[in-house]
This record gives sequence, structure tokens and C-alpha cells, in this order.
Amino acid sequence: MPVAEIVFWLVAAFTIISASFVVLNNQLLYSAIALLFSLFGVAGLYIFLWADFIAGIQLIVYIGGINVLIIFGIMLTNKISSVRLSQTNVQQGVGAVIALWLMILISLVISKTPWLQIESSEPSETVSVIGTLLLSKYLLPFEAISLLLLGALIGAALLSREAT
Amino acid sequence: MTVDFIYNFLNDLLPGFLGNDLLLILAMLLPFFALFGFITIYGFGVIYAELKVSSFIQDKTGPMGQGYGFHAGKWGLLQPVADGLHLFFKEDIIPATADRPLFILAPFLIFIGMFVGIIAIPFGEAIIISDMNIGIFYILGIGSLAVIALILAGWSSNNKWALYGGMRSAAQIISYEIPAGLSLIVVILLASSLSMQEIISYQSGGIFNWIIFDNPFMPIAFIIFFISALAETNRTPFDLPESESELVAGFVTEYSGARYAFFFLSEYVNMFVISAVAATAFLGGWQSPFPNFLNTPAWSVFWMISKAFFLVFVMIWVRWTVPRLRVDQLMHLCWKVFIPIGLFNIFGVSIWTVLRG
Repeated sequence: MPVAEIVFWLVAAFTIISASFVVLNNQLLYSAIALLFSLFGVAGLYIFLWADFIAGIQLIVYIGGINVLIIFGIMLTNKISSVRLSQTNVQQGVGAVIALWLMILISLVISKTPWLQIESSEPSETVSVIGTLLLSKYLLPFEAISLLLLGALIGAALLSREAT
Repeated sequence: MTVDFIYNFLNDLLPGFLGNDLLLILAMLLPFFALFGFITIYGFGVIYAELKVSSFIQDKTGPMGQGYGFHAGKWGLLQPVADGLHLFFKEDIIPATADRPLFILAPFLIFIGMFVGIIAIPFGEAIIISDMNIGIFYILGIGSLAVIALILAGWSSNNKWALYGGMRSAAQIISYEIPAGLSLIVVILLASSLSMQEIISYQSGGIFNWIIFDNPFMPIAFIIFFISALAETNRTPFDLPESESELVAGFVTEYSGARYAFFFLSEYVNMFVISAVAATAFLGGWQSPFPNFLNTPAWSVFWMISKAFFLVFVMIWVRWTVPRLRVDQLMHLCWKVFIPIGLFNIFGVSIWTVLRG
């Protein structure tokens, strides 16, 4: 097995193990930290798809932004960090059946789909294509998203202001 | 010093001696050992520089060794070694009420965050561990790991000062990432690439081709970047997260011994990384200031390191000269001064680039 493949499986295992830690752990803060590692693993998977710019975005937005926000939220909420969450459900039997059924369904879909196989050669340029597309073909969605974000920003500032 | 180069070199040296995969792993590990050695030597050097520069600024002599025996060596040169040994032999205390796993995790996390940033820093035309397409972006992104490490250190200590320090540092770093990013966008705009090597090759041909002298907006961008970077390292005048007079030692209050040393070292490594990014983005990176003068690979390492070390020196200089800001002044400076100027800068450089063609 080539080294790249071993590294891929290691990264995938790392992602899945930390993701399951997020779900199975009963302390909220530990889940948030495990989410950090899981997101980091996903960034690694993006690199295997030659999507290094997306991996960088993943680092900045998800780890540097959203995960920090989650941790902030947990720490600033009074006494929530000491709450032990119950990880078991009342309807375990039904849940197991549905989960099994979903798993079979998804694996059927995966095996039946004619996947588009592309050769795994390194593209010479990964970033500038994204920039060109964002400012030509996808200009309207891009601008719409920026308007949405501006609205969210102003809204957040307005909500957090004390009413005078 | 890309991995491919080392791989080919090793392959020529030991043909068929090791398996190809093993050789590749070796070729990947070697630069890391070199990096580790560099960081160790740099750590000792910069701690000595900090001690000496601070002493000279305060009109003292600093560490001085006299005579023979267990002294700190000539001119106190062994003082950082003594400090390091002192920290590593100290008792490692974990508070009983601390959150043990997170308390242990935090120093490693911050050190990894700082350490892996160096692999994208170019020291010469071929001397870079990984020349990524997104080099400068990667360094910014990986730096965000530090935020989480600092919050964790503050929170897991279970100490109100540490928590305050952690929260302050997180707020500060997240805020100052924005003006730092805005001033790097201007550089990316000019070089039209995120790759560290392409940003440097844009600046080839002497000191007046460096991005800082490219147009009238660039010195402003450089100053904004440098001050924001200074704020991201949590050093005076921005050391509110660990301000001794109000928070004991901020997020490191409960840390001792080797764990404290990790925080300490990662602060200095971060200083180097940020200085190297500033040198790459604004000061021509590993290029010589004069065209076709001392431009061999060995000299390129010299130029890169001396530019970065000069900026590290400026950081030390600022630390011992300027008093600490208040929290409101810190936020005012970031949100009401740097970000508007940074946005104006992007606008100005865009127009400049279009007009110049």
C-alpha cells in the first residue's frame, strides 16, 4: 500500500473516531473539543481531493470561527459545562432498526451509483479558478451571500445593543 | 528543501537500500528534525536576546557570567540554557480541581499550532518544506488553533484569572485576525497568488521592488499587519491576557514546569512565524535587497532569517518600550482604526492596480 493511502486511512479513522467521540461523550465541552479534531480531519480529507483552498477555509471558518463560538457558548453559559448529558435513548430498539435500515439504504445507493472516476493528478492551479468562477459565473449567489452576511452582522449588532 | 528533493537525494545515496515508502517517510521526517533543531536554537537565541535587549533598554547589564564553575557562561550566554533546564526540572503541578485532560492537551495544542506554521515558510528558492498553493492562507488558518488552545488553558485551569486571560486572549486574537487578514489581502492582490514562493518572486529585483515600496498604500498595510500580528502574539503592549498587574499571569497562571515552557516557547515561535510572514509578504522574503548581489541559496537563507530576526527584534524592542493598552483601547484600535483603514487600503490598491494596468 502506498504511503498516501495509509495516510488517507489514518486521517479518515481519525475523523471518524473523533466524530463518534462527539456523539458518545457525555460532557458538552469534551464534545466540542472532539469536534475540533473531527473538523481538522475533514480538512485533511479535502487535501486528498486537491481542494486545498477549501481545506484552508475549513480551518479558518470551522475551527477558528464556529468551533471557538461553540466553546465560548458552552463556557459562558452558566453551569452548562458541568451538565452530564444522557447518551442513551428510551426507544433504543426502534432507533436501532431505523438506523440499520438507513445504513442499508445508503450503502445500496453508494454501490448502485455510477461514480464518475477522474484521474488523481494534481491540478496546477487550485485557487485562481475558484476566484474566477466566483466573480463571473457565480457572481449573483456570491453577492447574495455577502448581503446576507452583512444583514446578519447588522442584526447581531442591533440585537446585542441595549435598548435606549 | 522540498520533500521531493530530499527523496531524490536519498534515492541516489542509497539506491534500493530501503523501500520506496520508507524512504519517502524518511524524506518527510528529515525536514521536521531540521525544523525542530532550528526552533531549539532559535528559542535559546531569542530568549537571550529578550533578556539582553530588555536589560539594555532599562539601563542594566542583564545576565552576566563571571569566573569559572556553574555560572551562566561568558556574557550570560548560557542563561537561556539554565532557564530551560530550570523549567524542565521543575515539579509539574496539575491543580486538583483542574479539568485534567484539557489541562494537559492545551500546551500541546498551542505548540502544534505554532510549529506546523513553519513548514510553509520559504527560506530560499528551493528551501521550503512544503510550497503550498495556499501557503499564506494556511499559516493564517493554522494560527486559529492557538485561540482554542488558549481558551482551553484558561478554562481548564479552573481559576478565575486564568479564565479571564483565556477569554481576553481569544477575543483579542479573533479581533486582530481581521486587520491582519485585510492587510495580507492587499499583498495577495498585487502578487495574485496565495503561494509564498510566488509572492516572493513577484518582489524580485532589489529593494524597490519589494511589496512595501510597491505603492503608497503598502507601508500602511505593513504597519497594520505588524501591529495586528503583535497583538496576536499576546505581547506587550497587547499582553492583556497575561497582564501581571491584574491577572497574575492570565491563562498560564496554573501552569508550571515543562507545560509552562511550552506556552513560553510557542509564543516565541509564533513571533518568528509572524515575522517571517511579514518578511515574505512585504520585505521580499529570501531575496537580497540588491539585484544580483549575494543571491545564492545559502545567502537566501541568510536574508530570510535576518529579515525575520530584525522584525523579532523590533517586537522585543516594542515590548520593553511601550506601556500596556487598556481593553477598550485595544478594541477601539482594532475595530475603529485598523479595519476601516484596512478596507480603504484594499480599495486604494485595487484602483491603483487597475490604473497602472
